Amino acid sequence: MSLRTLLRIAWEALVRNRVRSALTILGVIIGVAAVVVTVSIGAGARASVQASITGLGSNLIIVIPGNVTLSGVRTGTGAASTLTPDDGLAIAKLPHVAAVSPGVGIRTQVIAGENNWSTTILGAAPTYTYIRQWSLSAGSFFTDTDVAQSAKVCVLGQTVVDNVFPGASPIGKTVLIRNVPFTVIGVLSVRGQSASGQDQDDTIILPYTSAMQRLTGTIFVSAIAVSADDADTIAPVETEITRLLEQRHRIVGDEQDDFNVRSLQDIANAAAATTAVMEYLLAGVAAVSLLVGGIGIMNIMLVSVTERTREIGLRIAVGARGSAILEQFLIEAVVLASVGGAIGIALGVAGAAAVATFGHWPMLVPLDAVLLAFAFSALTGVFFGYYPASKAAHLNPIEALRFE
Amino acid sequence: MSDAVPVVRLERLRKLYQLADQPTVALAGVDLTIERGEFVAIMGASGSGKSTLLHLIGLLDRPTSGRYWFEGNDVARLDADALADLRSRRLGFVFQSYNLLPRTSAIENVELPMLYAGVPDDERRERARSALAIVGIAELAQHESNQMSGGQQQRVAIARALVNDPGLILADEPTGALDTTSSHEITQLFRRLNAEHGMTILMVTHEPDVGRAAQRIVTMRDGAIVSDAPVAEALPV
Repeated sequence: MSLRTLLRIAWEALVRNRVRSALTILGVIIGVAAVVVTVSIGAGARASVQASITGLGSNLIIVIPGNVTLSGVRTGTGAASTLTPDDGLAIAKLPHVAAVSPGVGIRTQVIAGENNWSTTILGAAPTYTYIRQWSLSAGSFFTDTDVAQSAKVCVLGQTVVDNVFPGASPIGKTVLIRNVPFTVIGVLSVRGQSASGQDQDDTIILPYTSAMQRLTGTIFVSAIAVSADDADTIAPVETEITRLLEQRHRIVGDEQDDFNVRSLQDIANAAAATTAVMEYLLAGVAAVSLLVGGIGIMNIMLVSVTERTREIGLRIAVGARGSAILEQFLIEAVVLASVGGAIGIALGVAGAAAVATFGHWPMLVPLDAVLLAFAFSALTGVFFGYYPASKAAHLNPIEALRFE
Repeated sequence: MSDAVPVVRLERLRKLYQLADQPTVALAGVDLTIERGEFVAIMGASGSGKSTLLHLIGLLDRPTSGRYWFEGNDVARLDADALADLRSRRLGFVFQSYNLLPRTSAIENVELPMLYAGVPDDERRERARSALAIVGIAELAQHESNQMSGGQQQRVAIARALVNDPGLILADEPTGALDTTSSHEITQLFRRLNAEHGMTILMVTHEPDVGRAAQRIVTMRDGAIVSDAPVAEALPV
């Protein structure tokens, strides 16, 4: 018998028992929908976590000065003055380093016309926008030439713009920072709060040379931001930086480093591990529900075989081979499970979209997971349909025809 | 008629059942030959073994011993699939309780054996239509089985039995569930199928009125044939 004929016989039998068929596939629908939703929640959560980690910086490594001990009083990490812009230039030459930006930070009052505002001034290199993955909403960022000339140019965060230049475009205007006039050449895009709750838009960025020479008067920098060229090279680059700086700072043997190298890798790893555990958990729950759905199919198929004993007897009497009966019931089970799978996928995608909307993360429905769920539901049909189908195929036609 | 291979030839056919530790003899050595074009009725009390004989002839069951040739084939040599194929192509069954598929149109019920015989779609529909026309209910083709009277349902079942142009139609108490009028109509239908369409028919019944439609009456008792005679001798009016 052709597959088309078999499918038609199965379909007609299922349509004949619409309500029961619908109830049977409910389990599979829920199971597959659960798989799709959970997998997409997992993928969405992972993407969301990854995005926020990437937002901190592209494969970011931060080098900060170490602590110092003055008259027995140990300062905290970062208080020492040990890092120079030349350290940064040397780090930039290491392999797998994509970008380096020395950083100088001060907090001070800025003035523009009749407005003034206290904000964080950050001296940085032009690579800073790449390292922090931060774009401009207006104007342009300063260049290497500006750095070389210690140019009096700056880029404002949106919070500064709102407070110092309310309702006007700040481009081309002047702000006084510690009485030094800087020309505003750009505005940073809005970034909102950092993970620790700080307003990242409350800042002014200017060339680090300008900050050092015109504002702080120091030859040291307070941090060096480094971007590795790949997530996998973060760890080796960290090691290389440590070795390089120990060499440059003449630190030998057991002597304590006068700097610290830190990356977000640990945070990223922890976050990835957490989401992975969550995904396994969700997938486990989904698999169990699919299993329960499969048992539901077997249950109803067994009832169906009993209820249709006479029909099966008749089919055998009019010449159905055992294999044809087996195929018919197997195909019924597979059609049931597949229809359930298809509906489940549709519901699952809708559910994933709803969850993504509430969770404020990207809607991600991995195609392979969907196909896998569908294939698995069809397999559920085969697996749980086999026993009832083989029971049907082995019925004694004489007894089956007498069955009441 | 005797020059051709007989449709059914049985030699010392025995069938034993194991019922509650006790072997029960259902058929105690039956010899029977049915030639092409015959209309034979098997009569006898219930428990006489007539249904068992019908099931064996219908290839739904295998004998304990003895031999059976169906259209010249020694059925003992055939496997289950070969028997199924013979049932779908060479045998037609009519049951007391019609056994139509529920919620299925008459024409689809008639098409059922052809599905298993591998008849192509178009031909299947065509042959089902003409079979329904032969049994006189062409206009009910699209009716579902539960919308029809008992007599109509049995006609559908008969159409289903003859649609593959079988070598033998087996009818098991075909009028047992019908009222007198319908019973008479169905009996006449069998008679017409035999006379006009040359169908070979073996019918089990215990109603003499129905048996009279046949040409030859085989009477059974306790698993054995006690008489085998032309209808005029067996059931004188």
